[in-house]
Amino acid sequence: MANFSLAPTSKRRGEKVVRGILFSAAALSVVVTIGILASLLIPAVAFLREVPIVEFLTGTRWAPRFEPASFGVLPLVVGTLWTTVIALSVAVPIGLGIAIFLSEYASRRNRKFIKPVIELLAGIPTVVYGFFALEFFTQTILKSWLSLEVGSFSVLSAGFVMGIMIVPTIASISEDALNAVPQGLRQGSFALGANKMQTTIKVVIPAALSGIAAAIVLGVSRAVGETMIVSLAAGNRPNISLNPLEGAQTMTGFIANAALGDSRVGSVEYNTLFAVGALLFLLTLLINLISIRLVRKFRQAY
Amino acid sequence: MTTLINKTNHEHTPLALIFLSLLWFSLFTAATFLIILFGSLLLDGFSRLNGDLFTQYNNTVPVQAGARAAILGTLFVVSVAALMTVPIGIMAAIYLEEFADKRNRFNRFIELNIQNLSAVPAIVFGMLTLGVLQILGFSNKNIVFGGSLALALLVMPVIILTTREALRAVPQEIRAGSLALGATEIQTTFRQTLPAAIPSIATGTILAISRAIGEAAPLLLLGALVFITYDPNGLLAGFTTLPIQIFGWSSAPQEEFKTLAAAASVLLLAILLMMNGLAIYIRNKFERKW
Repeated sequence: MANFSLAPTSKRRGEKVVRGILFSAAALSVVVTIGILASLLIPAVAFLREVPIVEFLTGTRWAPRFEPASFGVLPLVVGTLWTTVIALSVAVPIGLGIAIFLSEYASRRNRKFIKPVIELLAGIPTVVYGFFALEFFTQTILKSWLSLEVGSFSVLSAGFVMGIMIVPTIASISEDALNAVPQGLRQGSFALGANKMQTTIKVVIPAALSGIAAAIVLGVSRAVGETMIVSLAAGNRPNISLNPLEGAQTMTGFIANAALGDSRVGSVEYNTLFAVGALLFLLTLLINLISIRLVRKFRQAY
Repeated sequence: MTTLINKTNHEHTPLALIFLSLLWFSLFTAATFLIILFGSLLLDGFSRLNGDLFTQYNNTVPVQAGARAAILGTLFVVSVAALMTVPIGIMAAIYLEEFADKRNRFNRFIELNIQNLSAVPAIVFGMLTLGVLQILGFSNKNIVFGGSLALALLVMPVIILTTREALRAVPQEIRAGSLALGATEIQTTFRQTLPAAIPSIATGTILAISRAIGEAAPLLLLGALVFITYDPNGLLAGFTTLPIQIFGWSSAPQEEFKTLAAAASVLLLAILLMMNGLAIYIRNKFERKW
């Protein structure tokens, strides 16, 4: 008994190695972010050496391929903003409506049937959404059924279809937030004589507000970064007009379109791509950080 | 007392009914959209949904064009991407969920970073891959390796997040029991925790891979919109994929190409539906409720 010891019989060096490998896999994600920053910022800085940053951010004419070239990014920003606003005004009411229905009204059986259908919307590739927007939504719904004066490309068509694409994102995060509201709050409200609608609107939704806000913010991030729908259905003409029936080019639309052409590595044209890409990345980074912070808030609340 | 007796009237005030019908309307809109989308694609593409779509290469003559190179390209590029990203993603998740000290600043930074990466626009991963290929000294950007790398980086955060959730769902008692019997942390993780979480991890991984199958934006940047009339035959071969082929055909002026785009969309949706079905099957069949 004198030799009895609880100390490990071997040092198990192999386990340290395994731990090291697992850690490097996790740390790789940081390398990816650094890689993104480097691959975007290096050409972007080269671009800003030729085009002053004030001209880039405040100029109202985007014509990088014309002579004389003009590098005002505002038309692209307006295009992105416009499609995002239209998408959100479709996605927020529908997504929120579905989330409220699922968490407050639906029976277990209904929920089991409805959730996979909504998840299907999330699984459709964006290029298919884009094709549908270009061929069916613009041609059949907008032109034939609603007889709107719309060309082949329109911000309205791209924005609306993008809105449907974002519905599952908003619905599922909002539903999580609504489900996280303690049952006691609802029972208290019922006990005071409120009906289900009053309870939902005046008690449950306010309690879940930070989660719902996070869902909307994440929806904005997806809309800003979406590429295929806008490059197919919104067209490729930079346009600062506020008419939703006209086409416009977004930041992502420009990147995709410019990538189709063959520009030499290191040329101004090539660097333009990365300048717009860096702007896009920084914008979505800001939006994502806001969303992550809001989600943490509602996770901590209850 | 009347309110207690007239419980139903109280729930069915006009306002409450309007509210409920608005909720129904939002569901109805989403479902209708889904039906119209599937219906119109089937109707548009039906005439070209035949063997030629699978066996013919792309062609400037629409009648003779097919998606063979694109279908094989998708299979090849996505398989390589999965081989790169699934092991690393699962290992990263194991570290973060089982070993990382949550109070450590760097670990918290890794978590925040992964959450952000999962919401970075897909097209940015294409730009990153362009940079990587340039550093590695590839002069040709349209190569299978590049496409796979872009898709691998794109879905890795998704795999990490779903794997972590799967590991978190394994009850703490399983780990405690194993440790109490004298197993080390590594043994506990690889012999108890991970096997118990495999069904959920498989479900999440299949869904992440379906996302890679449908993604087009980053590949556009790698010049995947090319005319390919051969089967992709190596990591450095040129490639195109099904979503990119759909994009190319949708932007072509001839109506026949739009029909082809619709047919290819139906094919792509069918593949993704099958993968979704598989994921749901695995979830229902193997997932344990603790």
